[in-house]
This record gives sequence, structure tokens and C-alpha cells, in this order.
Amino acid sequence: MNQAATTESEKDILEILAKHGDDQGGLIAILEEIQARHGYLPEDALRTVADETGRSLVDIYGVATFYHSFSLEPRGKHLVSVCVGTACHVRGAPMIAEEFERQLGVGAGETTPDREFTLQTVNCLGACALGPIVVVDGHYFSNVKPSKVAGIIARTREGLDEIEVETDERVFPLEVNCPHCNHSLMDPARPIDGLPSIRLTISFDNQHCGFNRSCLYGSFHIKSQIDIPTDTVLYFFCPHCYAELVSASNCTECGAPMVPMVLRAGGMMQVCSRRGCKSHRLDLEGVHV
Amino acid sequence: MINLVINGLNVSVEDGSTVLEAARFLGFSIPTLCHVDGLSPYGACRLCVVEIGEGPRAKLVSSCTYPAEEGLKVRTASARVIRARKMILELLLASCPQSKTIQDLAAAHDVRQQRFKQEYEDCILCGLCVRMCEEQMMAKAIGFRGRGEKRSIGTPFDIKSDVCRLCGACMYICPACQLRCTYNEPEKAICGACANLAPPCVEKDQFDDMMCYMDPCVACEIQKDK
Ligand code: FES
Ligand code: FES
Repeated sequence: MNQAATTESEKDILEILAKHGDDQGGLIAILEEIQARHGYLPEDALRTVADETGRSLVDIYGVATFYHSFSLEPRGKHLVSVCVGTACHVRGAPMIAEEFERQLGVGAGETTPDREFTLQTVNCLGACALGPIVVVDGHYFSNVKPSKVAGIIARTREGLDEIEVETDERVFPLEVNCPHCNHSLMDPARPIDGLPSIRLTISFDNQHCGFNRSCLYGSFHIKSQIDIPTDTVLYFFCPHCYAELVSASNCTECGAPMVPMVLRAGGMMQVCSRRGCKSHRLDLEGVHV
Repeated sequence: MINLVINGLNVSVEDGSTVLEAARFLGFSIPTLCHVDGLSPYGACRLCVVEIGEGPRAKLVSSCTYPAEEGLKVRTASARVIRARKMILELLLASCPQSKTIQDLAAAHDVRQQRFKQEYEDCILCGLCVRMCEEQMMAKAIGFRGRGEKRSIGTPFDIKSDVCRLCGACMYICPACQLRCTYNEPEKAICGACANLAPPCVEKDQFDDMMCYMDPCVACEIQKDK
């Protein structure tokens, strides 16, 4: 093993641990962050966590193996999660899972030898009405049929982030409100993708400006008054009540804080605050479709 | 002191006692499997069920974990308790029929047959070894891993743990593999695993206080043979 790399990742972990301080309850948060940075939980990392926090390795290992979202093995570049929850099951999810297994040549929970895809089955993603649901790298595919599987895989290989807004069925418009003042964040005066955009104010490096992003779920088109270098972590504010929009959880891909917005239809949308990071999360809890 | 009624008899026990302790104080025997004095109650096997409350609100609880409460009415051998206990024994037999402890318990409760799919698990996940390792041997070398069907007990990453002193206490306490150390009487051996075990005292020098529980000890037997 490369010595420099080990110390590098160890430094990384020490940094994460320092952030969480002595909080005894923070184990899951620590593991989540390590997983966000490394894509999985390396054995050395768990040992470092045990040494540094004074917890025993068994306890940490127990937690790491208990939760489905933690992986002890490196995962592929793309994570395919097929929902086999009850609602998706009755709509034919097992067939979808089988089709993925056949086309990728791996079983559920395994990674293809070329490290491109990791296939996993999950139990309910909270979007039952749209089932069977397949999530690839945070992109939701709804009403999936076995015949669509090949297309999903092909599109993932091409890169899911390139989206043709007009033709792509994965994008749908959302209307959002500020989670603090519940004022609408929609801005019809500055349309993006031909629809009213989401208006926010941002600040970074002592600069503040207005910022609009597309309201299409899956589109990442934005307009900003000043240029934002990629990789900057932005602070987002509501343009109406000036409250900062920051959620308690961090981005599972890059570790930056997430920005919460309330969906008018019910539920929450969270987007990553790092410019260029396309992570987002849709929490449709309580939506009656 | 807490006053409660067990099978119609009044009893007062100290604060913080469990129903099991109260019943045992009165001499009512309640079968247990995952409860051992000196280890924290865990409530895994459910064999110690008793019925509490009255009428339609009566319910079954595990007495080893249920704290004695003022005025509690407990029945340790009602028809419902017996039925539940037999069912639990059948389930235990279904998963781990080769355990002498479970066989004895079943025989004592008149369970001669079980009606489920027969499996031959080695572990019933009673957690005795985990608690033994942590609470008495102060090692914390083994623990629960995974969940659901995949739940198992073992060391992290399935490799020899740095903190394990190979004391053998986990095997000593295990109701499923208690009889494995029959190396010196091979014809009685159940699993033969002991013969493949790394002798625990090999690394003895490292730990002055080994607290070896192996009896008879494989390593000692091998030593004798030489
Ligand atoms: S069952 Fe698949 S999303 Fe709920
Ligand atoms: S002895 Fe009470 S649950 Fe096992």
C-alpha cells in the first residue's frame, strides 16, 4: 500500500473526527462522512475511528454492517438502487432487479469487475406511487419496465448529468417555498428552461448576489449575477426573510451542507451547496399522489 | 421495596429487581437461556416469558428484562405462558437442534417434536458470548454484525481480533457449542471444532491473567499426548 496515500486518508479522517468533537452520539454522522469522501468505509478508517474516539472496534463494525447505506467494500462509479419495497414489488420490481442482474452480470449488492456499476436492492424509497423506482446516482427513474433497463444503463454510461431538458422524461418541474417563512421562491420574471426559476440569494468570499436555478428536477441550469467558480461552497439565503437555508445533513457525495426547500406539493427538496456538485435529494414523505 | 403479586403470593423485593429475580426469590422456577447471573439482562431467547396484568389487558413479557413494579400481578405458569414457552422451545429446536442445553430444556417442558423447517444453525444469537466478552472479560473482541437474516456474531472483519486474549469464555458460556470441547473423547464429539482450534495458551505470555475457561483444554491435552 502506498504510504503517502494512507497518511493522507488518515489525515482526512482525523479532520472529520475533529469536526465531530467528543459527541458520543455522532458515530453514524462520522461514518456517513467517511463514506461520502471515500465512497466506502475502509478498514483502516474504522480502526482509526476506534482508536481516536475510544469506542471499541466491534461496536463500530456492528453499526457499519447494520445499516444498508454503509459499504465496507469499494463501490462502483455508479450506484444503481432498485426498489423492491412492497409497492414496487407488486408492480414488478423483482423482474427489474433480475433484468439489471442479467445485464450487468452481477447480483444484488455486488460491483461489476470494471468498477463501473454497483447494484443494490433497497426497500422503499418513499416514492411508491411512481413505482417501480430505480435510482441511479441520485437520479430517479419512475415506472421502470424491464425493457427500459438497457436504456437506463446506456444513459448512465453516457453520463446522467447531461440532460436534454425538452425530451428527458426524468425532469419534472417543482414549485418550492422557503422552509422558514414559507414564502414562494418561484420567480416568473427570470425564466430558466422556459419555466419560472427558483430565486435565492447567495454569498461566498464576501460577495453577495441574486441567484436563479431551474425549477426542473434533474436540470442544473443556473443564472447568477456574478461568476461562481466550480467547487465553491455557497451560502444560500431566502430572498424574502433573509434566513440562511442550510440543513442538518451533509451532501452524501461531497460532504458540503445541503440546502433545504419545501415542496409545495408536500415534502422536501435538498440540493448540495457546492457549485458543480449535482447531488440532490427528494423527500416526498407525506405526498399523496 | 416494591410489593408485587406472583402467582397469588405477595412478595416485596428491592428496588431495581426484575420480575425474574422476584419469582426466583419466591422459589418459582422460570426457565431461562440467555440470562446468566453476572451478565446484564438481554431478553433474546424469550424463554422466560411470564404473563402480567389481568383480563383482556394481560400480556406476555420476558421476565428477565421486566422490572418489578408496585402492585404488578404476575403469573409464571398460566396456560398462555406454557403455550408460548413450548412454541419458543420448538423454534429454538428448529434452528439449533444439536444444542444439549436446548434439548434438555425441551425435554423438561415436554416438547418432543418441533413442527418447523429443520435448520442446523450454530448460533441462536442469544448474545451470551458477546456480553461475557465485554462485561466479564473486559475485552469486547466479539460483537453482533449485520442485521436481519445476515446477523451474526464474530470479530470485526472476521479476522483475529487484537483485543482477544483467547480465554475461551465465549465458548464456555455458549449454549450451542458448550459440548464442543470433547476432544479427549472423540466418539462423543459434536462438532469437532475444538480439534481445529488454535490452542488458547500459545500466546499466553502476552497476558499474565489469562482466565482460561477451556475445560478440558485442547492445548493441555495435546501437551499431555506428547
Ligand atoms: S416501495 Fe418502492 S418506493 Fe416505496
Ligand atoms: S432469559 Fe429472559 S429472554 Fe432469555
